[in-house]
Amino acid sequence: MSTLHTVNKSPFEKPSLDACLAHVGGGASVLLLEDGVYAATKGTAVEERVKGALDSVKLFVLGPDLMARGLSEDRVIEGISVVDYAGFVDLAAENDKVQAWL
Amino acid sequence: MSETIKKFLYLNRKAPYGTIYAWESLEVVLIGAAFDQDVSLAFMDDGVYQLTKGQDTTGVGMKNFSPTYAALGDYEVKKIFVEKESLDERGLTLDDLQHLVWEDEDDDWAEKDSIRLVSREEMTAIMDDADVVFSF
Repeated sequence: MSTLHTVNKSPFEKPSLDACLAHVGGGASVLLLEDGVYAATKGTAVEERVKGALDSVKLFVLGPDLMARGLSEDRVIEGISVVDYAGFVDLAAENDKVQAWL
Repeated sequence: MSETIKKFLYLNRKAPYGTIYAWESLEVVLIGAAFDQDVSLAFMDDGVYQLTKGQDTTGVGMKNFSPTYAALGDYEVKKIFVEKESLDERGLTLDDLQHLVWEDEDDDWAEKDSIRLVSREEMTAIMDDADVVFSF
């Protein structure tokens, strides 16, 4: 059963991303959106944890939420794919279910 | 009637857009600016994200309120403290933030920087020095 996990909270304010990453693996997909997109940027205190997760999960970040926050795509950690809303829909459709980590 | 000037500190610790705190803070600051108090703004933790330049909300269908920060100088809000440690933890530098200025009427309307980068220790003193702290 494939699952798309979504994380919409800042990694600096809530442990939602850590909780998510501790419970996924085996090629699961994790989409960072809303305040979750901050975890996808380079040079942060959580960068190593996020990079480490790339070994076991596919990471995506929602482009429009990056743009809204003044973060250009070149700030995104290598290996994380930027998707638009259509890409979000595709991910939801490709997976059997969507699980949100609030 | 004598008026007591109090030191108001607006403490901003939330990222913009994900929650309403940032926008609400800005609204309260602008309303409060009418009361001739000694106003300071502090940005720490995720609050530093409020000041990033280049915010473009067309894709998310929300109002981009970031240009309003540039108007704070016109409201006599000229003390904006940003915590360096919070920027560092987020891979940001002062260059990633908007350049906010105020015009000094006593100095031929020279534009002066509003943002002051402060250490966590200095931020502690700034909070301690305030008479009233409004938390967002």
